[in-house]
Amino acid sequence: MRLFEAKSRKYMIEVNIMKKAVAMMMTAAMGMAVLAGCGSSSSAAPASSAASEAASTVSEAPASSTVSEAGSAVSEASAASEASAAETTGEYKLATDGVLTMGTNATFPPYEYYEGDKIVGIDAEISQAIAEKLGLTLEIVDMDFNSLVSAVQSGKIDISAAGMTVTEDRLQNVDFTDSYSTGVQVVIVPEDSEIASVDDLAGKLIGVQDATTGHIYCSDDFGEENVIAYNSGAMAVQALKDGKVDCVVIDQEPAKNFVAVNEGLKILDTEYVTEDYAIAVAKENTALKDAINAAMAELKEDGTIQGILDKYISAE
Amino acid sequence: MWKTLKTGFYQTFILNNNYMYFVQGIGITLLTTVLALLIGLALGIIVALVRSAHDQQQAKHRNPVLGFFNVLANIYLTVIRGTPAMVQLLIMWFVIWASARSTTQNMVMCAVMTFGINSGAYVAEIIRSGIMSIDAGQMEAGRSLGLSYATTMKCVIIPQAFKNVLPALGNELITLLKETSIVTVIGLKDLTKGAMIIQGKTYQAIVPFLAIAAIYLAMVMILTTVLGRLERRMRKNDQR
Repeated sequence: MRLFEAKSRKYMIEVNIMKKAVAMMMTAAMGMAVLAGCGSSSSAAPASSAASEAASTVSEAPASSTVSEAGSAVSEASAASEASAAETTGEYKLATDGVLTMGTNATFPPYEYYEGDKIVGIDAEISQAIAEKLGLTLEIVDMDFNSLVSAVQSGKIDISAAGMTVTEDRLQNVDFTDSYSTGVQVVIVPEDSEIASVDDLAGKLIGVQDATTGHIYCSDDFGEENVIAYNSGAMAVQALKDGKVDCVVIDQEPAKNFVAVNEGLKILDTEYVTEDYAIAVAKENTALKDAINAAMAELKEDGTIQGILDKYISAE
Repeated sequence: MWKTLKTGFYQTFILNNNYMYFVQGIGITLLTTVLALLIGLALGIIVALVRSAHDQQQAKHRNPVLGFFNVLANIYLTVIRGTPAMVQLLIMWFVIWASARSTTQNMVMCAVMTFGINSGAYVAEIIRSGIMSIDAGQMEAGRSLGLSYATTMKCVIIPQAFKNVLPALGNELITLLKETSIVTVIGLKDLTKGAMIIQGKTYQAIVPFLAIAAIYLAMVMILTTVLGRLERRMRKNDQR
């Protein structure tokens, strides 16, 4: 009996993860099914023509889900009917009607972080402003940074606003809106470190947040074997404090926060890389990208975005 | 659809020699698994011997020293089986061995220790079940022929027990191989991390993850075949 208990406990973990995944897939599929209903009822086109359009666009529909057969059938059908709705009305498609679903990784102050159980920050507020411009309600979903773009591609979230930098490789798989902020990659070191500038990083162990541009640039510049990727910036900073790595390369604003709360750390004066932050949108969802760009242009015009940036980033 | 897959394939394997992430990842995964297995087996056998020796004593003649080690073994089993492997790994790396630098060697060592200790708990119970499954008459026969307890264990009980538990041990090995994928949390670049790095670089999810799923599956299938052979060899003299 002991033996079986032992094994079953170990498997419970796997089973639980599987259950969660299945539940998520079910929710996604159901959400899409509900959507399909909404889409067809709200679109003025008669059901028969919508159906035929759906049929004609099925082959082009992005096969985003590799769920169960039923699940993928539902999602494909809904994607198809959504696409046709978008064609007829000239509108963008959303994961949920009337809701702009934004994905982010809330470990990145001041761009996104938790205040109580609410996600706040620059990206959250800018997205909120954009959603208001578009007449939508904003819903924020927290997930791992490196899952964000896959979630955008598969339509689980509409946009990803997470201090994301536009790179060539990423542009092949996802579209970016206009940039709304400039990011700077900086180097955090212990106060007594012998590293004085970016040039000294060669041969040192560099901690980064997984899948960030800092991770990619450092791997290219200083060699893959010297770069250790952690799931969050906080974990990388913890590793730095323990002396597991010699420095941490991360975006400037979160870096300031990390240095402020952790004694004995400092940011190097020399900046590593300067880059543009933008919101990621699925490739086929150009209508949404255009709408966001238009809204963002207005928000830049009337100073809303600058106001949000100033609110969170104190000029020193 | 085809175009997406084609770009995905190109970006995952060919672009910037990305396939090297998989090659190096397989190396780290296999190294961690094999070393952890050895530690797990050693720990498991010791704990199983203590536990079964203790349990096989007669009610009124219990050895206090054995009792002490039995309590230790029980604590070990409870704690290790009662906490998630990922938590154990994080504690090992960020708490117990906080001073370690993040060299690949250190990270592999930490992973090997964690998974070895983790696996040892499960192996211990598997082996104990094997020892307990051997009829008590075997021990009595061995002892009455003048063999010592240790010799009877070594030459009579363990070989038979090992044959009985081989399928369960194989199962544990397979679980161990797959479970090493959580070493990504300490930054070790194993097979799973390789796919995650490629995903972070290119934002391609489908091909890298399907690729590592296929690689893990292939490794497990090879293991299953080898274990099946071993099992058949060991059963050659059986009259079943």
